[in-house]
Amino acid sequence: MFGTIWIIPFLPLLSFLILAITGKRWSEKTVSILGVGSVGISALFTVLIGIQFLTNPPPGHFVVQTLWSWMEVGSLTPAIAFHLDALSLVFCFVVTFVGFIIHLYSSEFMEEDEGFSRFFAYMNLFVGSMLILVLADNLVLLYLGWEGVGLCSYLLIGFWYKDPQNGYAARKAFVVTRVGDTAMAIGLFLLFTSFGTLHIDTLLDAASQNWATGTTMAVLASALLLGGAVGKSAQLPLQTWLPDAMAGPTPVSALIHAATMVTAGVYLIARTNVIFMLAPATQLAVAIIGAATLLIAGFAALTQVDIKRVLAYSTISQIGYMFLALGVGAWSAAILHFMTHAFFKALLFLAAGVVILAMHHEHNMFKMGGLRKELPITFWTFLIGSASLAALPIVTAGFYSKDLILWYAWAGEQGNFWLWLAGFAGAFITAIYTFRMVFVTFYGKRKSEISHKPGKRMLIPLVILAVFSIIGGLVETPHTLGHIQLFSKMLENVLPSTGILHSGISEELILQIVTALLALLGIYLAYYLWLKKFSLVQKITQVKLLATSQRFFFSGWGFDWLYDRLFVFPAVWLARINRRDFIDLFYDGIADANRYFHQELRKTQSGQIRWYALGILIGALITLTIVVFI
Amino acid sequence: MTVVPMETGLLLAGILFLLGLVGVLVRRNVIFMLMSIEIMLNAAGLAFVIAGASWGQADGQVMFIFILTMAAAEVSVGLALILQFYRQFKTLDADVASQMRE
Amino acid sequence: MTILFYIAGVIAILSTIMVITRLNAVHALLYLIVSLLSVSVIFFLVGAPFIGILEIIVYAGAIMVLFIFIIMMLNLGKESEEQEKRWLERKMWFGPGILAAILLIEFIYIIFPGFQKNIPESTVYPREVGLSLFSTYLLGVELAAFLLLAGIIGAYHLGHRSRKPLHRFFEERNPK
Repeated sequence: MFGTIWIIPFLPLLSFLILAITGKRWSEKTVSILGVGSVGISALFTVLIGIQFLTNPPPGHFVVQTLWSWMEVGSLTPAIAFHLDALSLVFCFVVTFVGFIIHLYSSEFMEEDEGFSRFFAYMNLFVGSMLILVLADNLVLLYLGWEGVGLCSYLLIGFWYKDPQNGYAARKAFVVTRVGDTAMAIGLFLLFTSFGTLHIDTLLDAASQNWATGTTMAVLASALLLGGAVGKSAQLPLQTWLPDAMAGPTPVSALIHAATMVTAGVYLIARTNVIFMLAPATQLAVAIIGAATLLIAGFAALTQVDIKRVLAYSTISQIGYMFLALGVGAWSAAILHFMTHAFFKALLFLAAGVVILAMHHEHNMFKMGGLRKELPITFWTFLIGSASLAALPIVTAGFYSKDLILWYAWAGEQGNFWLWLAGFAGAFITAIYTFRMVFVTFYGKRKSEISHKPGKRMLIPLVILAVFSIIGGLVETPHTLGHIQLFSKMLENVLPSTGILHSGISEELILQIVTALLALLGIYLAYYLWLKKFSLVQKITQVKLLATSQRFFFSGWGFDWLYDRLFVFPAVWLARINRRDFIDLFYDGIADANRYFHQELRKTQSGQIRWYALGILIGALITLTIVVFI
Repeated sequence: MTVVPMETGLLLAGILFLLGLVGVLVRRNVIFMLMSIEIMLNAAGLAFVIAGASWGQADGQVMFIFILTMAAAEVSVGLALILQFYRQFKTLDADVASQMRE
Repeated sequence: MTILFYIAGVIAILSTIMVITRLNAVHALLYLIVSLLSVSVIFFLVGAPFIGILEIIVYAGAIMVLFIFIIMMLNLGKESEEQEKRWLERKMWFGPGILAAILLIEFIYIIFPGFQKNIPESTVYPREVGLSLFSTYLLGVELAAFLLLAGIIGAYHLGHRSRKPLHRFFEERNPK
C-alpha cells in the first residue's frame, strides 16, 4: 500500500492537466466528475494508506518513496520523493478529505459559471501542489509545492477577473506572500550553504549535531523560515492580504484561505521544529507573533460587516493560536488545532457561501437576518461550526484543541502568563464575534427574500463537516476528561513532546472552567448586544472615542494604510520620477540610433541603378585600399 | 623590335576599364551605359590577353574568347531590354526606372 | 615597333574618352569602333593575332552592328541630343572622375613595383588556342554554349512585342 503514495498527489494533477487542456469541451457534469472524483480517490487512498500506517506502522514510523532524481547541481540533488509520516498523514488527510468535500460543494456552488472547468482545474492544481508540499522529502520540492499553492491562490482569488477589484486583491495576495517567500528562499540558501543538503531528515540531523542552542546561524535560519511561514499563514506583519483574498469564490476561501494553504506555515514550522528548538529567541518570536495576531485579528473581526471578512479575520486569529502553540512548543496541539480548525472553518465558509448565494451575493450581514427558518440545515450546521470556533465546552472539537493550546501556554516550559492571557482574551473575543455573526445573520427580522435554496451537493458537505466539528476533537482530550491521547501518540515520532512545568488536575480544571465560562459569557454578551439591545450598540458607536476605535479596528488596525505609506507610495513615487531612467535612456538611444541610421540608409535605396554602381565603385575602392595599404 | 612592358599593357587595360566605369556612372542614357559596359568588358579581356602573352601561354586568349561570348550574349539580351524599356517609358533615361525601390 | 604600341594605346584611350562624352549615339559608336580597332592592334603587337582578328570581326563587327540596329530602331532624332546635353551636366563628372582617379592611382601603385617584365616576342597561334580551348577549357566552352543559347532565347523573348507586359516592371503606369 505504501507504494501507492505517489497516486495521492498524482490524481489531482492529472485531472488538472486534462481539465486545463480539454476542459472547455466537456459538460459541467463530466468536469465535476473528473474534478471531484480525482480528489475523492486521492482521499480514499489517503485513508487506506493511513489505516495501514496506523495499524501496521512501518519501521522508523515513516515511509519514503523516491520516484526519480529531480536535478543534480553539485551537492544539491533533490529528488522527486515523498516522505510520509504521521505529520504528513494528518495534513494529507485534511487536504484530501476536506478538499474533496469542498470540491463536492463547489460542483453545485459554481454551477453555470463561465469558468466552471477553469475553476476545477485550478482547484485540482491547488490540491496537487498542497499534497506535494506536505509530502515532500526535501525542502526544494516543498518549495515547489509552496509556490504552487501560492500561484493557485493568486489564480483563484482573481477567478472572477472581470472585476478589476478582484484582480487587485489577487495581486496584493501574491505580492505580500512573495515577501515571505523571498525570506524563506534566503533561509533555504542559508541552510544549504551550512549543511550542503536540503533533504529534510538529513538537514535536521545535521542541525541538531552541529548547532548549539541559540547559535546565531540557527536563529537567522529559523527567523527566515518564520518569514516564509508568516507570509503564507497571514500572520503579523504580513496578514493584510487575507481579508482581501475573500474576493475569490467562497469554496476557494474555505479550501485555500481557511483549511489548508494558510496553514502551510504551521506545517513548515512543525516540520523544521528542530531548527526552531535550537533558536529559543525565534521560537519566542513565533509565540509572540501568534499571540499578537490572534488579538489584533480578533478585534478586527469584531467590527466587520462582511460575513466573509469576519471569517477571514477569524482565520488569521485561529492561525495565531496555532503559532502560539508552536511557539510554546506544543507541537501536537498546534497540529490538532489545525485539523479541527480545518473542519469548522471550512464548514463556516461553506455555510456562509450558502447564505451569500441565497441572498443574491450579498455579503453584508446586517442586510441578512432571520434566516433561521428559511435555511434550517444551514443554520444548524453554521451554529455547530460557530460553537466549535467559540470553543463551547465539551461538545465541540474546537474546545479540545484550544484548551490544549491554552493549557500549554500556561503550564508549558516555554509558556508564560502573558501568552496565556493573550490566548485567554482571544477566546473571549472569538466567542463574541462568532455569535455576533450568528445572531445578526440568522436571527432577527428577515430583510430580503431567498433567491437560491441549497441542493444536496451543498448540504451533504455541511452535514459531514458539522459531524467532524463535533467529534473531531475527541482524538485528544485533557486529563480532566478521560485523557485520550490518540493524536499526540501518533505524532510523538515526528514532533517532540512538550515539557510541563506545573501539573495538577485541579489547576487544569480551574483553567478549563474559567475559559469555558468566559466563552459562555462572550456568547451571552453577543446575544445581549446584537439581539436583545441592539440600540445599545448603536449608542456605543456614537461615542466619539469608541467610534474612532471601531473605524480603526474595521480597517484591520490600519495596516493597509501604514503599508501604503511605507512601501507602496514610495515605490510608486520612485517609479514615477524614474520613468525615464538611465537604462531606459540607453535602450531608447539604441532604438533612436537605429531609426536614424535607417532613415539615412533608406536614402541610398534610390532605385537608380547608377547610384548602385557608384556604391560598387566606392566599395571596391575601400576594399582595394585596405588590401593594398594595410 | 617591339619591347612592350607588361605593366604598361595592364595600365592601359586599367585606364580603359576606368573610363568605362566613369561612363556607366555619368551617362543617363541606357544605350551609352551599355556601351560603357562593353568598354569595361573589352578592357578586362585586354588585361587577360596581355597577362597571357607575357607568359607565352594561350590561356589568356582562351579567356578573351569566353569574355567575347559573354559580351555577345549580354549585348543581345541588354539591347532587347532597352527596346522594351523604350516602348514602356518612351525614354532612355535610366533614372526613370527606379520602381525597384518600392 | 614599340612606338606602335604606345600610339595604339593613346588612340584607344582618346577614342574611349570620346565615346563616353558624345551626345550623339552613332558618333559614340563610331569612336567605340576606333577604340576597339586600336585595341586589336595591340593584340597583334603582343603576339595574339587570332584574338586581334576576333576583336575586329566579333566586337567591332557583329556587336557594334547590333548597337547600330537598335539605335536605328529607336529612331532617335535631334531632340535626343538636346536631352543628352541637359543630362550631362559638368558637375556630374566630378564624383565618378575623382573616384576613378583614386582607383587608377591604386592600380599604378599595385602594378608597377610588381613585375618589371617585358612581353616576349613569341606569337601564340590559333592552333595552340584551339587545342587549349577544346581540351583544358572544354567545360567552359559547353557553358559558353549554354550562355549563348540563353542569350538567343532571352533576346527573342524580350524583343517580341507582346500585348501583355512581361513583368509588372513594364506595366503601364497610371498617368498622373
